[in-house]
Amino acid sequence: MELKFILNEKNVVTEIEADSLLIDVVRDLGCLSVKRGCETSNCGLCTVFVEDKPVLSCSVLAARVEGQHVTTLEGLQEEAADFGAFIADQGAEQCGFCNPGFIMNAIAMFRENPHPDDEEILAYLSGNLCRCSGYEGQLRGIKAYLEFKDSQKGEA
Amino acid sequence: MLQIKQYVKVTSLDEAYELNKKKSNVIIGGMHWLKMSSKSVGTVIDLSGLGLDEIVETESTFEIGCMVSLRQLETHEGLHAYTMGAMRDAVKDIVGIQLRNTATVGGSIFGRYGFSDVLTVFMALDASVVCYKAGEISLKEYAKKKADRDILVKLVIKKQPLRIAYLAQRHARTDFAMLTCAVCFADGMWRAVLGGRPEKAEMVMDEEKLLTNGISVTEAQAEAFGKYVAEQLEFGSNMRGSAEYRKEIAAVLVKRALLTAGGNA
Repeated sequence: MELKFILNEKNVVTEIEADSLLIDVVRDLGCLSVKRGCETSNCGLCTVFVEDKPVLSCSVLAARVEGQHVTTLEGLQEEAADFGAFIADQGAEQCGFCNPGFIMNAIAMFRENPHPDDEEILAYLSGNLCRCSGYEGQLRGIKAYLEFKDSQKGEA
Repeated sequence: MLQIKQYVKVTSLDEAYELNKKKSNVIIGGMHWLKMSSKSVGTVIDLSGLGLDEIVETESTFEIGCMVSLRQLETHEGLHAYTMGAMRDAVKDIVGIQLRNTATVGGSIFGRYGFSDVLTVFMALDASVVCYKAGEISLKEYAKKKADRDILVKLVIKKQPLRIAYLAQRHARTDFAMLTCAVCFADGMWRAVLGGRPEKAEMVMDEEKLLTNGISVTEAQAEAFGKYVAEQLEFGSNMRGSAEYRKEIAAVLVKRALLTAGGNA
């Protein structure tokens, strides 16, 4: 069947099967940041935005995004590079396995709640499994990033 | 691995009902469970084009479409206020925000899962279910029925003055609950609902009148009611806990939830 959708602001037409999963379709279209981790709807590594909401692309039928906007890390390069570099400088990424999904979900959080408290950050991160840090580094890194962004705004 | 021959985004409930008569076809909610199976499905039936993804609050009810996501339940201010935060407490630890953005209330309730936080809190709220053919039926009854080919269209919560609190015991934040618990005071009586025993949620009313001061509850009364509820229900063992452990925890969760929902005497 034919699928038309908007991938990273570009109109896409592609052929899919009824049981094609969104993760496979976006990867076939070159979005290799989207990775298959657990495949049981738990790890968050396959996170993409559908209509600006973070979802698990390993569990979404591709057919369901007909006509919708899908955004991957490739479509968020400016935001992702800014935040990713800051997090790396903070030493808050370790093995890096969780990073693509983690950055996607963090960007979703910044958009929904620009000033989250610790509990709200941890609640958001709970959908991204990280076995290295217990989220300590990520929590510290996100807080430092938000402070940095606020101080930049103050200077502007 | 799940195999699907055909995908149909239906344009009416009637179309969905006709398609769903065939046993090899299935209605999809968030599809998280179905996707982990190795079933061979004829047609998956998608209800997402029917406008059933809204929470409609009126003066007397909340009407919650079957395609409403768990995240919508979590962030709806009206539901949050009415349930004293219990709705948010019930869903906030279900995996992560990404899953809750697609997992649906209809899928959760239709599945009648033993571990279900969602079934527990809706049952405590004395919600009803509206099915396409069977019409409105209390969730308490619906939960006991075996899954059939009818379509769960929406859930209805009739507003009334109430006090409610939700608690669950998890070994880790996003794991399945080892035990789910909601207590609610309405119509002059307390009720407790416990799920994850590991069987699905069941309700126990304060038939013995252990809580006699309306919403006011003393610690001793809360403890007595907790033990009473634990005695009324059956508990089983699985990888998350033994029956004995669950029974002990059940009494404690009921007590704590009562002291949260009730005022001090």
